[in-house]
Amino acid sequence: MFEMTKNVLQNLMGKSSTRLYPFTKREPFERFRGTLDIIVDECIFCGTCAKKCPSQCIEVDIKGRTWTCDSFACVYCSNCVEACPVQCMTMEPVTKPPAYEKDVIFYKGKPKEPKKAKPKE
Amino acid sequence: MRTILPFGPQHPVLPEPIHLKLVVEEEKVVEALPNLGYVHRGLEKLTDIRDYNQMVNIVERVCGICSCIHSLNYCEAVEKLMGLEVPQRAHFLRTMWGEIHRIHSHLLWLGLFADGFGFESLFMQFWRIRERAMDLMEATAGNRVVISTNIVGGCRKDITPEQKTWILAETDKIEKEVRALEKTILDDYTVKKRCCGKGVLTKEQAHMLGAVGPMLRGSGWAQDVRQTGYAAYGQLDFEPVVEYDGDSYARSKVRFREVYAAADLIRQCLAKLPEGEIATKVKGKPEGEVWHRVEQPRGELFYYIKGNGSKNLERVRIRTPTFANIPPLLAMLPGCELADVPVIVLSIDPCISCTER
Amino acid sequence: MLANEQAVTVDNLVPECQKRYDEGLRLIGVTVVEIKAEDTFDVLYHFDRDLQETHLRLNVPREAPVPSISGVYFPALLYENEIKDQFGVNFQNILIDFGCTLYLEPEVMKSPFCTFTFARKEKGKEEA
Repeated sequence: MFEMTKNVLQNLMGKSSTRLYPFTKREPFERFRGTLDIIVDECIFCGTCAKKCPSQCIEVDIKGRTWTCDSFACVYCSNCVEACPVQCMTMEPVTKPPAYEKDVIFYKGKPKEPKKAKPKE
Repeated sequence: MRTILPFGPQHPVLPEPIHLKLVVEEEKVVEALPNLGYVHRGLEKLTDIRDYNQMVNIVERVCGICSCIHSLNYCEAVEKLMGLEVPQRAHFLRTMWGEIHRIHSHLLWLGLFADGFGFESLFMQFWRIRERAMDLMEATAGNRVVISTNIVGGCRKDITPEQKTWILAETDKIEKEVRALEKTILDDYTVKKRCCGKGVLTKEQAHMLGAVGPMLRGSGWAQDVRQTGYAAYGQLDFEPVVEYDGDSYARSKVRFREVYAAADLIRQCLAKLPEGEIATKVKGKPEGEVWHRVEQPRGELFYYIKGNGSKNLERVRIRTPTFANIPPLLAMLPGCELADVPVIVLSIDPCISCTER
Repeated sequence: MLANEQAVTVDNLVPECQKRYDEGLRLIGVTVVEIKAEDTFDVLYHFDRDLQETHLRLNVPREAPVPSISGVYFPALLYENEIKDQFGVNFQNILIDFGCTLYLEPEVMKSPFCTFTFARKEKGKEEA
């Protein structure tokens, strides 16, 4: 009958086991997959991330050089981050905050640089 | 005078939406009829439009409690079909994550079982211990429940040596805290009155009705799919956990002792972890038919996969353990009192989102 | 082809299952694959004892009736009802027949997983 007494006394004397959430936040672990971000200047617009996405939330327009991601359809699996040939995407370990309406991440890359002429051998 | 009572899909003690029509005569249940289909998502049909690599993410989301083991089964089946050789380190890492998943699933069930007959403070204590397992998964793999670490050909993430010592320390803490709570639930007079002798499944019935997992092992059969030696289980030694009474109390004891067995397996895995790569390159497309079985926390999970040489698989058939445990439930319910129905339904560990994919 | 597999026809399906029941094998599951090229269904039955598996394969054309094995193996009724809902395979004499209402609503007329629409809705539920 008295087996839980030790547990009860520990809970009474020790500090609370929950934290006051909005005032004290926990440090996120560094491998946590929170939000998706892209450095669009390094993107070559190959479309690999759009092909590998299991929920088909990325759209890449090669001609117009734009990259769009529906962040509310994304499941944060990081398949795109690993498939990218130039490694221009990152996953921040911060949870996506709630919002009032669904929004879309939209980036427009800079226009294509003209190819430098190769010196004749 | 017979009355028909609907039990579920929404009910305070029922964790998952299943509907049972109970035919009751003066507080004793005479017959039970199930009805499913409240969370059917049609995931098997998605192979038409998603290729076999994207299917790993879809298959993980069949169940929210045992997701890592679904993806382990799928990846092993596709590797068997394509003839790929996965490095040993990947096998051990997959086993380790599978066993952490087993601990978290059993602790979740123990909390729900305590809540099912009103012991709410014990429910909170078990879920507080479970938070340590969730922290382990978040720090090593990236997410708390749907961890997405298995891919066709190996694993995605590796663990560092500091994480290895931390995992061992946390596993010891989990085991110590669960042992401290063991006497409270297993030796308590009220718990025994509500669980012993309820929902009895004899040894013969358990085998011929197709019961799997702790239901089968709680009735005296020492059969566990991990004995076939998939992933790294061939190189670890463990014994299946068996009880002989066949009632709800025996099934809870089986799941309790499996938590200790899982902690022991994690320690063996990390002690024997070899160095090396974690993934191989995948060449070719899947073609042919294959089946594969693994041991989920709830029982035996069976996959049948058929490929026809293109990127999309032709058929992925998933047979989950709760689907196989429903006929034994229909055989256990007649003859029990109305107040025992929640305890018996909870003791099969229902996971209806798995059942209906 | 799977290892340990045996092909059966509609006539000797139930005697084969009875033989396996008497030997003590348990039923793991029933699977259906639709073979579009030949307009047939491939119904597979998986059995197990002591972690050794055997299978039975039955190839039936689209609307042919298939006898139910739920008289021999009680758990088969749940698998056969689900397959009837999803693919429209014509199982006869299931012990508890939900009449295509296990997953689907009464007004749905197509089989969702199959490319061929075979509308067979039976009215009402029979209870064992």
